[in-house]
Formats: sequence, C-alpha cells, structure tokens
Amino acid sequence: MSMKKGSGSIDLRSLKKVVKALSKAATHFNKNEMERLVKLFYSFMEKGYEQGTRGGLERSEFRNVLHSAFGMTDDMLMNRVFGAFDKDNDNHINTTEWVEGLSIFLRGTFEEKLKYCYRVYYLNGDGYISQDEMYDMLKNSLLKHSIEEEPDEGIKELVEITMKKMDYDNDGKLSYEDFEQAVKNDHLLMEVFGPCLPGTEKCLEFETLIFKDINTEFTEFQL
Amino acid sequence: MGVALTRAAQWTTAGFGAGTLELTPLNESLLKDIVKFVESFGTKYPQEAEFVFKESLQWPTTLEPSEFESGYVVSGSTVKSEENSKDGEPLLFLSGSDIKVSSFGQLSRLLHFAKDKKLKETQACLEANRDPIMKILGAATQGIVEKEEEDLTAIRFLDKMKKDENYENNIKTKISLLLQQLDMNLLDSSLKNISLETRLSPASIKNDVDLLKRFSGKGEQTVLESINYTSDFEFANGCRAPPWRQMQGEICYLSVKPHDCDCIYLTCSTAGVFVNGGIESDTEEINYERCSDIYKDLVTILREKSAKFSENISKQQHSFFGAKKKEKKKKRPPLPEAEEIPNLPQTSTASQKSPSVKRRMVRKLEPSLKWTSSVTLQEKQDSIKESQEEKSLPTTTERTKSLISSTSTGRTHSLTGKSSVKIEDLISESSSESEEEDEQPDHRQEGQTDLPSEYWQIQKLVKYLKGGNQTATVIALCSMRDFNLSQETCQLAIRDVGGLEVLINLLETDDVKCKIGSLKILKEISHNPQIRRTIVDLGGLPIMVDILDSPDKNLKCLAAETIAHVAKFKRARRTVRQHGGIKKLVELLDYAQGKTDPGHYHSIYEIKDVEVARCGALALWSCSKSHANKEAIRKAGGIPRLARLLKSPHQNMLIPVVGTLQECASEEHYRAAIKAERIIESLVKNLSSENEVLQEHCAMAIYQCAEDEETRDLVRQHGGLKPLASLLNNTDNKKRLAAVTGAIWKCAISRENVTKFREFKTIETLVGLLTNQPEEVLVNVVGALGECCQEPENRAIIRRCGGIQPLVNLLVGTNQALLVNVTKAVGACAAEPESMIIIDRLDGVRLLWSLLKNPHPDVKASAAWALCPCIENAKDAGEMVRSFVGGLELVVNLLKSENKEVLASVCAAITNIAKDQENLAVITDHGVVPLLSKLANTNNDKLRRHLAEAISRCCMWGRNRIAFGEHKAVAPLVRYLKSKDTDVHRATAQALYQLSEDANNCITMHENGAVKLLLDMVGSPDEVLQEAAAGCIANIRRLALATEKARYS
Repeated sequence: MSMKKGSGSIDLRSLKKVVKALSKAATHFNKNEMERLVKLFYSFMEKGYEQGTRGGLERSEFRNVLHSAFGMTDDMLMNRVFGAFDKDNDNHINTTEWVEGLSIFLRGTFEEKLKYCYRVYYLNGDGYISQDEMYDMLKNSLLKHSIEEEPDEGIKELVEITMKKMDYDNDGKLSYEDFEQAVKNDHLLMEVFGPCLPGTEKCLEFETLIFKDINTEFTEFQL
Repeated sequence: MGVALTRAAQWTTAGFGAGTLELTPLNESLLKDIVKFVESFGTKYPQEAEFVFKESLQWPTTLEPSEFESGYVVSGSTVKSEENSKDGEPLLFLSGSDIKVSSFGQLSRLLHFAKDKKLKETQACLEANRDPIMKILGAATQGIVEKEEEDLTAIRFLDKMKKDENYENNIKTKISLLLQQLDMNLLDSSLKNISLETRLSPASIKNDVDLLKRFSGKGEQTVLESINYTSDFEFANGCRAPPWRQMQGEICYLSVKPHDCDCIYLTCSTAGVFVNGGIESDTEEINYERCSDIYKDLVTILREKSAKFSENISKQQHSFFGAKKKEKKKKRPPLPEAEEIPNLPQTSTASQKSPSVKRRMVRKLEPSLKWTSSVTLQEKQDSIKESQEEKSLPTTTERTKSLISSTSTGRTHSLTGKSSVKIEDLISESSSESEEEDEQPDHRQEGQTDLPSEYWQIQKLVKYLKGGNQTATVIALCSMRDFNLSQETCQLAIRDVGGLEVLINLLETDDVKCKIGSLKILKEISHNPQIRRTIVDLGGLPIMVDILDSPDKNLKCLAAETIAHVAKFKRARRTVRQHGGIKKLVELLDYAQGKTDPGHYHSIYEIKDVEVARCGALALWSCSKSHANKEAIRKAGGIPRLARLLKSPHQNMLIPVVGTLQECASEEHYRAAIKAERIIESLVKNLSSENEVLQEHCAMAIYQCAEDEETRDLVRQHGGLKPLASLLNNTDNKKRLAAVTGAIWKCAISRENVTKFREFKTIETLVGLLTNQPEEVLVNVVGALGECCQEPENRAIIRRCGGIQPLVNLLVGTNQALLVNVTKAVGACAAEPESMIIIDRLDGVRLLWSLLKNPHPDVKASAAWALCPCIENAKDAGEMVRSFVGGLELVVNLLKSENKEVLASVCAAITNIAKDQENLAVITDHGVVPLLSKLANTNNDKLRRHLAEAISRCCMWGRNRIAFGEHKAVAPLVRYLKSKDTDVHRATAQALYQLSEDANNCITMHENGAVKLLLDMVGSPDEVLQEAAAGCIANIRRLALATEKARYS
C-alpha cells in the first residue's frame, strides 16, 4: 500500500493529548492503536497540523485515503462514505470521526455496520431511502449493451425488485427498520446499493501495515 | 355416410388405389355405427331393404360358404342367394373370397352370418367401395341428394315424394334420406373427436416432445439420444418461434439427435413438421428454410429419418396400449394438406392412457425417485403423487438397500473365508451406487403447458445476473432466494433460462458476496437430480472445490454443502476426487478443534468453525458412497479426524460424521481403523442420543462393523447391547428399526452377546417383530433369531412365544436375503424336536423343500442345510420325504450345481435322507453314486466332509460300495486324509471304512497310501475317527492276509 505522506506531523505530546481526548470515542481500538491512527490521520492532512484549528480531512483528501487504503473506486459512493463519516456535517473529517469510522471499517460489529451502511445510503436526511435515491445509486449498476430494452427501464425494474425485497412495511420507501430487517434476513444485503465497506483482505492489509510491531514501537515511544 | 366417410374416416394410403381403413378408435366407432344401421335395416325398413342397388357392392370376404344358412344355394366355393333381382341375378353372390351384394336385405343378413367378423366385413366392404352411396343409388340420385343437402327441410322432401310417382324413385329417395341421416349421425359423433385436433398446436407439439424426451437418452432402448428445443424461451401462447415466424404458422424448432444419424433440426409448424436448414454456424441463427417434405407430425418425420427410432418406438409403444394406436397413425407418409388430415384424438387418448404410461415411467425411474424422495420433501411429494404402490418404496434409502444386498451374500458364508468379503463389499458398494440416481437419462417433463409466473420472474432476475455489476447481481441473487427454490418448477426455470451457467460463472469472480449469493442458490436447487447433473456438466464442481481453499469460512461452508448436495451420483463424486476435493474436505474437519485463525474476521460473515467442519463432514458423507473416495478419505487422514469429531457435543455434526463412517465401514480398512480409533465406544454412546437419525446411523455403523468378532465384543463391553435392545421397542421409525435389528443380528453372532440379549428379553421382542414389518427389517430380525437359535435354550424361547409359525410363514417369500435367513432360522429351530413337530404340522418341510428350486444358490444351500435337522428330527422322516413328489430326484440333481455351498449342503441333506433304506434305494436309482463320485476331486474341506459323509451313508445300499470304486471316488477320498480339518478326517475315515468292505476298493486305498495315513488317525483322540480308521485298516489287512494265504496255499 502506498500512502502519500502529507506534510502533517505531530509531536508526541500533542498526540497524547489528542488521543486522550478521544478516549470517549466509541471505538474498538486500544490506546496504542488509537495513537497510530491519529498519527496516520495527521500524516494525511496536507495542510499540516495546526493545533487548535478546527476541521480535519477534506473531502478530496478523504477520498484519496479511501481509494489508496481501501481500494474504493466509485466516486459517488466515496462521497457518500465521506458523508457517513462526517457526522457533524462540517465537510471535514475530524479525529473523532476518523477513528470512529475506521473502527466500523476494521472492527465493526454487525449492528454498527448496519447503521453505517444505512447512513451511507440515505442522504437527504428525511430518515428514509426513497426510490429516487435508489435509482441514483443503482443507475450505473447495469452494464451497457447487455440489456436490449431501455437502460432506464432496467434500473427502474431493479429498484422495484429491491423494494419488493426490502420494503417490509410497503410504504414505498426504505426506513431503517426495513433495512435492518432485510439485512438481518440476508446479510448479503448489507451493501445493497454499492460497496461502502472495505473488503476483508483490504482491512487485514491495512491493520497489518498500520498496527505492525505495535508493542515494540510503543516502547520506543516510551523512551 | 358419404361425407362422414370421406371426411371423418381415417384412410391410410399405404397401398394405392383403394386405401385401407386404419384401426383407430374413430374409425372403429364409425364402423360400429354403420354395422348397427345396416343390421337393423332389414327389419326396420323391409320395403327399402328389397331395393336393388344400381351397382352391387363387391369386396374380398373372409366368409366361408359353410357359414351361410338357409336361403342360399351353396355349391363348392360359390354361394348364391335364392333371392334374385328382376334381371334374375342373385342379390348375393359369393365366389371364392369375392362377394357381391346388391341389397340392404342381403347386407343385413350377411352381417348376421358374419357374427364376430361383422366389423371386419364392413371394413372390407367400405375399403373396396369408397363411395357406396354412388353404387347403391347411382350417379343421378347422388346429385339429388347433394342438392337436398343444401336445403334440408323435411317439407321439401315430402313434397318431392308426393310429386314423384315413380315407386322406385320414391324408395331411392327414402334410402338416400336414411343414409343421409346416418351420415349426419356419424359426422356428429366423430366431430367431437376430430375437433380436438385438426392441426398441430403448440400443446400437441409440446406433448409429443415431452413424451419423446422421456424416452430419450443414452442406451439402446431409448428412441433418441436427445431432443431439445433450440430456444428455452416460450411465449405465452406456447410457441417458441420468434413472433415474425409465428406469423408463418411456425411453433418451435427442435434439435434432434437420433441414434443412427446426425443431429437434425426440425421446424414444427401448424401445417406439420419439416426439416429446416439447421443452425448457421457463424450466426447461431436458425435457417428457417424448409428442406424436406412436410410431415404430419413429429413422430412421423422421425420414423422417416431414423430407422432406429422407428424400431425402438415400436417396441416402446407395443408395450403399452395407448401409444399403439398412435403408432399406426404415424405410419402415414407425408400428406400435402394438413387440413385434410384429421388427426387422431390424440389428447384424449393421451390422457386416458397417461396413468399407465406414467406408471411405467415411474418404474423405470424408480431408483432416482427413491433417492430424491429421501432427500427433499418436495420431491417426496412428487413421488407420492405418482402412485400409491410406489410410495412405500421411496422410504427405503439406499442404505437399507445396501444392507439388504450385503446380507444377501450373508453370514452363511462366513466359513467360505475372507476372500469373499472383498467381493461382497464390491457388490454392496456397486449396488449402493446404482440404487441412487445413476445418470438417469431422462428429463422429467414439466406437467403443465403454461409456464408459471415464477418462470418469467426468474428469467428477469437472471437477466440482471448477466448484465449487472456486482451490486445489481447481489440484489438479483438475494431476490432469487425469495422464490421457493425447493420447488421443481423454480429449479428447472433457473436452469432453463440459463441461470446455472451464470451462477457458476459468478463462482469464479473475485467478489465474495456474489460467490456467497450464488452458492446459496446452488445449494438449494442442487437438491434436484437434474440440476445436479447440469452443474457437473457445466464444470461447477472443480470451482467449488477451489472455493474450499478460500479464507472466508462462510464460503467454505457453502461450497462444501453444495458439494454435499451435488455429489450424489458417481460421476460427480469422481470429479470431486479428481480435483483434490476429498483432501480439502478432510482438512475442513480440523476446524472444529478450536483452532483459531489468525486475523480478524468480520462478524457479519462470521460463522462458527464447527459449522465448517460439519459442512465438510456432510460433503464427505455424500462422497463416501464411492469406493475410491472411501480410500481417498482414508489416505487423506480422514479416519482419526472423524473419530475426533465423534466426540463432539454437536448433534448436527455427529450425523454426517457417523453417516460417513457408516458408509465407509463397508471397507475392511475402515473396520480395522474404527476398532483401532475406539470409535465403537462413541457409536455406542450415541445410540442413546435423542436424535433418531443419529441412532439409526450409529446402529447402521455397528451393523457394518460387527462382522468382526472383536468389534462385537467391544459393543458389549461398552454397554451397547442394552440400548440396541431397548431401541427395538420403538417400531415406528422403520429405517431406524432396520438398522437396529441389523446391528443386533450381527452382534448376535457372538454367544456372549446372545446371552446378554436373552437377559434383555430381546428374543421375545424380535419374535414380535416377525409380522407386519417391511422386508428390510424382517431380514435382520430373522437373521438375529437365526443366530440366537444356535443355542438350544433360545429355540425353546422362540417356540414358547409363538415364533415358529411366523417364521414358517416367511418361507413363502421371494426376498433372497430374507429366505436365506428364514431357512437358517427354521433349520436351527428344527434341531429341537418339539419345535420340529410344529414345523412339520405347518408343512414347513415341504416349503423348505420347494426352496431347493429357488434360482438363487444361497437360498438353495440354506434350504438344504435347514432340511438336515428336519429330516433328522421329524417323526416318520422317511415317509415324509417320500411324500414329496419328485423331491428326491430334485435333491440328487442339485449335485450337478456349480456352487460349493450348495453341493456341501445337498451332500449333508443326502446323508440324512439316506438314513432311510427305502429313500436310499430311490436316490440310488436317481444316480446319486456317480454324481457324488464326480465331486470327489475337490479341495473344499466343507464339501469334502459332507461328501465323505454322504458317500459313507450311500454305501449302505446294494452294490453302491462297488459302484463308488468303479466311479473312481476312492482315490480322491484317500487324499482327504491329508487335509488339516479333523472333521474331514472323521468323515473320510468312516467313508473309507464303508468302502473297504469291497476288495477292489481296498486295493485302491492301499495303492494310494491310505494305510499309513489311517495308522496316524488311529492315534487320534477322536474315538469315532479311531474306530473307523482301525476298521478300515483291518479290512485292508484282512484282504492282504487272504491274498497271501491264497498265494501260498
């Protein structure tokens, strides 16, 4: 994995401080791992680390990370993943959002992933995934030339099929409850509208790279 | 009649000129109506009956002059009617086989004489006179009648009659009117039939194709190698041709591969069937151009094109009545206008005959049905539908079948040594394979003509599988699982729209979700035998075997489970093995050991390691039905792993594990390993499980292994006998009962075990199971009783609880394995005089005797063995034996058998029979001496012993002693003394002693060095042997002395 090192770096004391502040974040990482992730976070920030400044990774920076570290390619989906990471909607991924998001990526439980995926798929914030949204997400899912009829029709039909499969309360849109039930019945539906979680292998790769020799290095830190 | 005959009647044009009427139901009813009309004509219309035809009807008849009664002048081969026309011509004139008739009166009388030849005569008449009305009334009237037809009002007729003063014309009109009426009736009745099919319809084509499909496949007996539609897509109207071709009346296109020529491509259209230009190799499109005549239907054209088809379809059709008529119809060569050819009422006959046809097919497919029904509920329902009588069969699994087959070669052979074991295994192995579906060539037809809505929905989903990216694919896969995939229509729909290819392709992608989704579907639909075969044909198995290596446990599981479902037939199992699948599957068994994999797995896809091992075991279970796979499993180190898994607390894990072991236990290696790995202990433990299937397989495994004595002891030592005995009390689950009784049978071979069983009152319970049980249970129950009976104490128990009667009743059965066991049990009982009285009273001896005629040597031998104690213990045995007409001759002739066991048993029987002097005389007359002598050159100790005994007995009559010498039986007998078997020694010494009463025999013995051998025997601790040997030596010695004396005196 090649990761573009940004100009950002952080001194040890600030790092400890940031990590301490993150102790309340809901993650599956221990302190050492958290430190590594925060360090990584700052290395990605092109503008460098300025203490006290708000914000964090910008959309384009984050998309680069998603692409280089987790092999994601679909722009539309990466934007949505950004949206799901960026819980406070400030168009920046801060350290909390970063570690929490990665926690889901790498160690997330079923429930966490479920919620995360739903967040990725519903954008306008009305609490539902509408058929129009589905159409948007699925519009590139059919290879051209492969289907005789109008491609639009094919996608509309695909949306219908999906609704039939997942819309348990038959209200023409997908609520979280619908989504949850459908995915629980068939785990394959977790990423139903496009891959938004990294693959197992990518995760393993990432963890090995970032967390390797964590104990030995940690002692270095101590020194 | 004219219209009816030209339009409705079905003429063949095989001959030219006058055609012949076909024997179709339609024609038959036409003929009958005409006969009825003509017969009653004379009495109903006496006036008209006298009307002389314009031209006489003439036809070749089968009537003999002698059949004519009064009113006729018979001279030689000619007959004239006394009644003459005005011109003095007789109204009926028969000369040779040619007959001329010129009035209805005569016709009607003629039919009266013809009796049962009525129909034939009428047919011959109509065939010779294609237009009878023309002849009867003449051309002029024909016109009138035609006109009348156009304007059919009674009034006009009356008017006409009034106007018409001419008497003859009057009659003529009346006749024509009557004929017309008949005609109308005939048309009416035939119309109903005809209207069903005047042109080919999609439904009739489909019927034909489906029917032919059922008779197609590999092998000599089938009519075709294959017949397939070129398109899987069927329009709602039943057509498969593209719409623009449907405009031309085309219905569908077929590719047909007959046995004896190349693939032909046919177009089925409403006008008939013809050969088209085939599929263009470059565009893969059908060349629609017509390249042959139009034939009236599929079968006709195929008959024309393929001689083999023609031959085989006749065979097939002769066998069942329904299709026979069709065959006739099919002889008809191409006709130009389909409209003019009224077809047979095909649909109606088809539906009438379908039960019988269906039944036949079911028979043919029996093995597969049996198999499938044991697998899926859905298919079971199908087979239940088929027929009640078949219903009991599907419940027997191939396991119980193999059980039966291995018992057939059964225990009675244990003395014939180890060499038979291997063969026996092979037999049971191959049978267990052929019992399941072995590559059945058929494609079962989908009953309905209309495709269900699922078909279209599935087709749509497959479209997304083909043309979607992974997201769309996953959605389609998930949606597909919403269909009832256990339903055959859905399974076949997926196949028919090309879904299997796509699903298998998906397995080769990198996307885990697609693979999982695809496997989940394949796993379900592979319950269907046809799907399984297609998966194998499409090369799905190697890909699944590769997936077993995937790091994703979910994938491993699904792949293993799918393999478990697919590997239900030989070729599939072989494929798994050849691609290294067995080793990988065996490695899956390691997962249950709490071995944790490095790295983190996502909980959403996380499944337990135990599940991986379980799926591996499931797949191994399926694979273990092939001999080579058993070996491969062993080589891959499967046995210790299976043994370890047997200690697992997970019940759903135990079933496939025990199932695999049980299947493999047919191999000697496995039985040894099972003993060594202390598996028996676990098996015994699980006999007490709650799960009936598990109990069944454990019992089955014990049954397989308990041929071995040490194993039997192990079962006892681990306390396995008690649970086995108590499982007998639940008789509802027949499969389990069969396995349990089988295990008891084999365990009962050890005496200690029998003692235990007696404590548990098992013998009483077993006697209770002698009635109302399926054969596979009976075989084992009787086998077990046969073993128990070896102890006198138990014979009394069986007698006391009324076991003799049901046992004797079973002697009339036909099941080989059962008969072998029953005869053994009855024979054992007969050793007890009190039981013998009962057997005698029930005529059991006669039943046993008649089993000597059974074609199977095992049964013969077993029956002959059983007869020995019967003859020994019966009162007035000699009288009884003589009372069996031809019985003694039968026994003596069995000495010509090739089978050593039969020979030995028959010798034993003869020994007993010969105890009665009178019977000995009879068998001597039947030539027992030369036959016994012929057998003397044998190395089989068992046979030697009984042969020697028989010879010894038979010496007691007449000059038999001398005869044995003449037939050169003595020298080989001397060699028996070199055998290692003391029983042989004893019997031989006795025989030699008897033979030595004859001087020539003594010389032969001496020449063959008998004296030295006998001298050794004199030192034997066996008194009988001692005495016989000494006696024999004495005789030889005495002769020598006498000779010397004679020489020197």
